Amino acid sequence: MSAVTQDTAVSTSRATRVFLYLILILFALFYLLPLYVMGVNSLKPLPEITGGNMMALPSTWTLDPWRSAWSTAQIGVEPTGLRPYFLNSILMVVPAVAISTVVGALNGYVLTKWRFRGDTWVFGLMLFSCFIPFQIVLIPMAVVLGKLGLAGSVPGLILVHVVYGIGFTTLYFRNYYASFPTELIRAAQIDGAGFFRIFWRILLPVSGPIAVVSVIWQFTNIWNDFLFGVSFGGTSQPMTVALNNLVQSSTGVKEYNVHFAGAILAALPTLFVYIVAGRYFVRGLMAGSVKG
Amino acid sequence: MGFLDIRNVTKSYGNVQVLHRVDIAVEEGEFLVLVGPSGCGKSTLLNMIAGLEAITGGEIAIKNRVVNGVHPSKRNIAMVFQSYALYPNMTVGQNMTFGLEMHGVPKPERDKALASVAKLLQIDHLLDRKPGQLSGGQRQRVAMGRALVRNPDVFLFDEPLSNLDAKLRVDMRTEIKKLHQNLKTTIVYVTHDQIEAMTLSTRIAVMNKGHVQQLGAPKEIYDTPANVFVATFMGSPAMNIVPATVVMEGGHPHAAVTGADGAVQHLRFSQPGLAAWKGKPILLGIRPEAITDPEGADRKSGNIVALKNRVTVTEPAGADTFVTMTLSGKDVIARMRADAAVTPGESFDFAVNMDKAVAFDPATEDRITA
Repeated sequence: MSAVTQDTAVSTSRATRVFLYLILILFALFYLLPLYVMGVNSLKPLPEITGGNMMALPSTWTLDPWRSAWSTAQIGVEPTGLRPYFLNSILMVVPAVAISTVVGALNGYVLTKWRFRGDTWVFGLMLFSCFIPFQIVLIPMAVVLGKLGLAGSVPGLILVHVVYGIGFTTLYFRNYYASFPTELIRAAQIDGAGFFRIFWRILLPVSGPIAVVSVIWQFTNIWNDFLFGVSFGGTSQPMTVALNNLVQSSTGVKEYNVHFAGAILAALPTLFVYIVAGRYFVRGLMAGSVKG
Repeated sequence: MGFLDIRNVTKSYGNVQVLHRVDIAVEEGEFLVLVGPSGCGKSTLLNMIAGLEAITGGEIAIKNRVVNGVHPSKRNIAMVFQSYALYPNMTVGQNMTFGLEMHGVPKPERDKALASVAKLLQIDHLLDRKPGQLSGGQRQRVAMGRALVRNPDVFLFDEPLSNLDAKLRVDMRTEIKKLHQNLKTTIVYVTHDQIEAMTLSTRIAVMNKGHVQQLGAPKEIYDTPANVFVATFMGSPAMNIVPATVVMEGGHPHAAVTGADGAVQHLRFSQPGLAAWKGKPILLGIRPEAITDPEGADRKSGNIVALKNRVTVTEPAGADTFVTMTLSGKDVIARMRADAAVTPGESFDFAVNMDKAVAFDPATEDRITA
């Protein structure tokens, strides 16, 4: 391999560099401010907040707001905390992300490597589904879920999110596989591999980067979704709906510290996915398959 | 009946016919090269033999078994692709044995086949590497190895050398030829490079616009091209094609051509049959190496004709010097010894080996057989 330098940055003087970093640090602090406010206020007793010291560090540190948000806070009429809803969300998100990603990968594979008459139309229609606003499908979806007997259940929510997500995942995988050399598929055909064998042995092993993109996208969207959750959740509402019920309760004392803790709890899984999967994001797994 | 029979095969995409009634019988152990410019249908034909493209009309048979509609993996063929098409996620060894694995060959046998082929191609030290860690030439070897391991009836090569640099290409060319001579395998090889075609093949099919223009041994294609297309496509520099008229002189047919100074000169044909074309226009075809200086002329030729003409350009190329002149309004290139004494702008006595000259019918552009 050649020793070409990867450093493409413009060379700058020390003074400019210091200045740049200062600006960047300032911006970073500005963006971190909300997280700081949430963090510190979730760790102090309520009187400290209502006393008017939002920005100060807690004078008495406590984990009670977190415990309360997790297991005892009043959600709607039940004092269950966010825990059962967190579980609902996990039960919904994991299968929905997995199914929509696998279906998207298969769609992308067929649309690029097993072309058929009218395939561009099929792809166009799937692409179109990415532009349909959530609100439009609410009523038809409610009817469909009712007919399928899935209304108000976790499987119902999974179905909704899978259907809604396939457009995006198909788009990702199709565009990724479009640049995958067709000669490799042909070579595998001559070698005797069938439809699924080619998918499993040849295509999937190099789909890492796009699978990560798809998983992050789907996870974030489904986890953060409120509208479908509140509309079709029924008795198995997801975390977002529960958080809303926690924060928006119109009776009793507003427990801001519990609200802050709950909000962080609701955001943690997406943060986790970004941190874990993010490093696989940019890996060039295709290097060297074909002479460029 | 050949080993690989291509019988009246046609291919259409909708209303567009890209292959017209191709009929080739390949014998066992033969090295057939399909050569032609891009878009001539040669790769399509190869893909049809492989089973990667459907056959519109006619049939293809391997070992007397018609394989139309037979899945590529069931035809007992192996293919080497232009891009090598190595599976990026597998090691060299896995790449080479993937086909055997798919055909349910047990692991010990696979390993044995792999070891012998890897040794043959001298890639045994690369077996644990990924394709991304190999150089172009090594990938090329692995791609060939993957084909060899299968021990197929027919090898298909789709422009396998076009991604290599010039020097490596020449080396690999020799290597493929050696491999063919040692293993006596049946090969169909697609290329647009006429030198590859000439050096490798036992037979060449020159294709253009979906038609096989000529099918024959390399020497036959080179010396007696079927038409102007084959004549100009094969050979570098291309065969000179000059408009001429057939005139009779001393009972022999001659080609009357006009030199740069406007003087008409007569070149005696070696083919007496061309007398039938007396007074008619023809296209005279002469290979560059058939036009030399008098000292460099082929001593075995029985018909060296002198031609006096002005030299336009000389291009010394090391081993040869290419000399350009104008004949009947066309640029004509002569290939001479490096030390031939030619000066641009001056008149020179060329020696034309008319034994090697051919004549084409200007209307059909087919060679006049006489």
